[in-house]
Amino acid sequence: MTETTTAALSTGALTGDRSRFEIFSYDDDITRKFVLATILWGFVGMLVGFIIALQLPFHQANLGPYLTFGRLRPLHTNAVIFAFAGNAIFAAIYYSTQRLCKARMFSDLMSRVHFWGWQAIIVSAAITLPMGITTSKEYAELEWPIDIAIAVVWVIFAVNFFGTLARRREKHMYVALWFYIATIVTVAVLHIGNSLAFPISLTKSYPIYKGVQDALVQWWYGHNAVAFFLTTPFLGLMYYFLPKAAERPVFSYRLSIVHFWSLVFLYIWAGPHHLQYTAVPEWAATLGMVFSVMLRMPRWGGMINGLFTLRGAWHKLRDSVVLKMFVIGITFYGMSTFEGPMLSVKSVNALSHYTDWTIGHVHAGAMGWNGFMTFGMIYWLVPRLWGRELWSPRLANIHFWTGTIGMLLYVMAMYTSGITQGLMWRAFDDAGRLLYPDFMETVVQIKPMYWVRLIGGTMYLTGITMLMYNVWRTIRLAPKNLPDPAVAVPRRVATPAAELATS
Amino acid sequence: MFNHLLKANGRHRLIEGWPLVFTVLTTLAILVGTVVEFAPMFLVQGQVEPIAGVEPWTPLELAGRDIYIREGCNNCHSQMVRPFRDELERYGPYSRAGETVYETPFLWGSKRTGPDLARVGVKYPHLWHVRHMEDPRSTSPNSIMPSYGWLLTNDLDTASLPRKLSALRRLGIPYTDAQIANAIIDAETQAATIASEVEDQGGPEGLQNREIIAMVAYLQSLDVPEGLATELAGTAAGGGAP
Repeated sequence: MTETTTAALSTGALTGDRSRFEIFSYDDDITRKFVLATILWGFVGMLVGFIIALQLPFHQANLGPYLTFGRLRPLHTNAVIFAFAGNAIFAAIYYSTQRLCKARMFSDLMSRVHFWGWQAIIVSAAITLPMGITTSKEYAELEWPIDIAIAVVWVIFAVNFFGTLARRREKHMYVALWFYIATIVTVAVLHIGNSLAFPISLTKSYPIYKGVQDALVQWWYGHNAVAFFLTTPFLGLMYYFLPKAAERPVFSYRLSIVHFWSLVFLYIWAGPHHLQYTAVPEWAATLGMVFSVMLRMPRWGGMINGLFTLRGAWHKLRDSVVLKMFVIGITFYGMSTFEGPMLSVKSVNALSHYTDWTIGHVHAGAMGWNGFMTFGMIYWLVPRLWGRELWSPRLANIHFWTGTIGMLLYVMAMYTSGITQGLMWRAFDDAGRLLYPDFMETVVQIKPMYWVRLIGGTMYLTGITMLMYNVWRTIRLAPKNLPDPAVAVPRRVATPAAELATS
Repeated sequence: MFNHLLKANGRHRLIEGWPLVFTVLTTLAILVGTVVEFAPMFLVQGQVEPIAGVEPWTPLELAGRDIYIREGCNNCHSQMVRPFRDELERYGPYSRAGETVYETPFLWGSKRTGPDLARVGVKYPHLWHVRHMEDPRSTSPNSIMPSYGWLLTNDLDTASLPRKLSALRRLGIPYTDAQIANAIIDAETQAATIASEVEDQGGPEGLQNREIIAMVAYLQSLDVPEGLATELAGTAAGGGAP
């Protein structure tokens, strides 16, 4: 379609007979905003990660009431999930939806309200969490006024997105859009369902759920935040940007249908696997485990569809740092979605739960899958959005290697520490007494691994500073005026039949 | 059948042109699992009986619990003993659903950077907790826990307690009118008792208006409830070593 448009523009078809064409432009300014916010918050979120990683082996790094591990850990998770990954998926959605729909976003104003509203929410999180204003529910720590703001901004985003779908000029919705739809609907349901609370004051509330109920609602939310904030939108991102970067069509249309519906249907059941052997009813935890294991199939469907898209194009990895990052990202998606179901199996969970193994697992997902998919997308987008070649592909390549090695160090340190501590907790001597009755022994044992993790995390953080520098240098050379790209499409929308004939 | 659905111009192609239908179908797909997981829970919830001796928090304990939440203790300490032999040995009887019926929010945690606290209440004297919060290394050499010295100097906020109790009553926690009306006095009385016990144990004076006392009250309340203790004493093999 881009080719025909360009051809139409260049051959003067438009000047010849304007009435046959419809001319409009894409809003790329909003994508640029989200890209810059992604980079900035990515740095901040990972910097906080660095600080809390230091605080574990070096307690002196806990400063005053505001900067202790207990208050900063939620800031780290929220910043990485909702600020870094959040802005990244918005950048992906705003860029690709307009192109897939052949339409500008429904409302420029709504796009801006979404952008600035989201940044304001992040800033308020960065202020309130160190102040100790928290609900204590993981990944939903923000108090009720911010929760309401999140719901409002999300609804504005949804209206803007569905409005764009309604005004699209391309009848067929590409698979990336399916994943965006699932994201927008489900995150709204999860966020509202889990955040229902009774306020005491502006800064304090109690959830309406109690005990076992609260635990189940929380992990229905927590698990599916991973599913619908960190998985489905990134699969949509993969389906759009990977074929673009590889210049190859998606491997299998059929597989994308099967894995989309099974993923969306199965994921929601798996929440209670976070509560194995706790006081929740046995059947709920078992159901969670069974569905987690079943989920391996659709998740690997996504991985296979991604990696096989590169068939015949693997040689391009030599020169394309974007593709290298996507391949690492998708591979880590495959690895962590293999590991996740394994950890949900009761006998494995008995060992892994409460240990650093879980921390290793989520970082394989967040650093490997979310991080590298985001970096790949940014390196692909920046030259297109700012109309300049990337300042240094070589620096991007160094980022790739620094990040990959850092991430591997991080993850392996956490596996070692988790399994070591898990085994020590359950060790008995010949007389049937605990071999390590003093909890402290197991802490001292894994402290060296905390230092290794810090080194790995520092490397990953160094990687993102290279990204920042590279993007800054690129933008500095960019033209001051960046007009929105104009597009022309024939007035009559292609009929599905005509479309199928060409596909 | 699936072939017809999935081939290049199959039935699925149709809904790819209908965003509204597509969105409705997606919503239904996520609601099935949600309903199956939750419907029984909300029906069953009424049947999770509180174990005898499980009472709503006293006002002072509630204040302490809110400090526990504020400081993010749950990021490193679980409150959920699993039914494994090593955990029974290390912590005490495993946690029951009937113990957590008044917990909003639940504080089971997901990570043990430090030990589980569900049974910490009986283990140490008050003074140990005061010293441990002030400087964890003084009671537990090699500890990696941050120092919480400000708990010993911050004034305890009791003014909000009546509001908190009545909010919790609306959420189904059985506080009486008298408990709500006397929340502040109750908290102060309990704080004075604990503070004087701390002094008796050789600790610092004048802590009764400080946050640390609420924290100690809360931590000391994390104990095996009376009903469970009786049950375990009755059945020797009840899975509850000390």
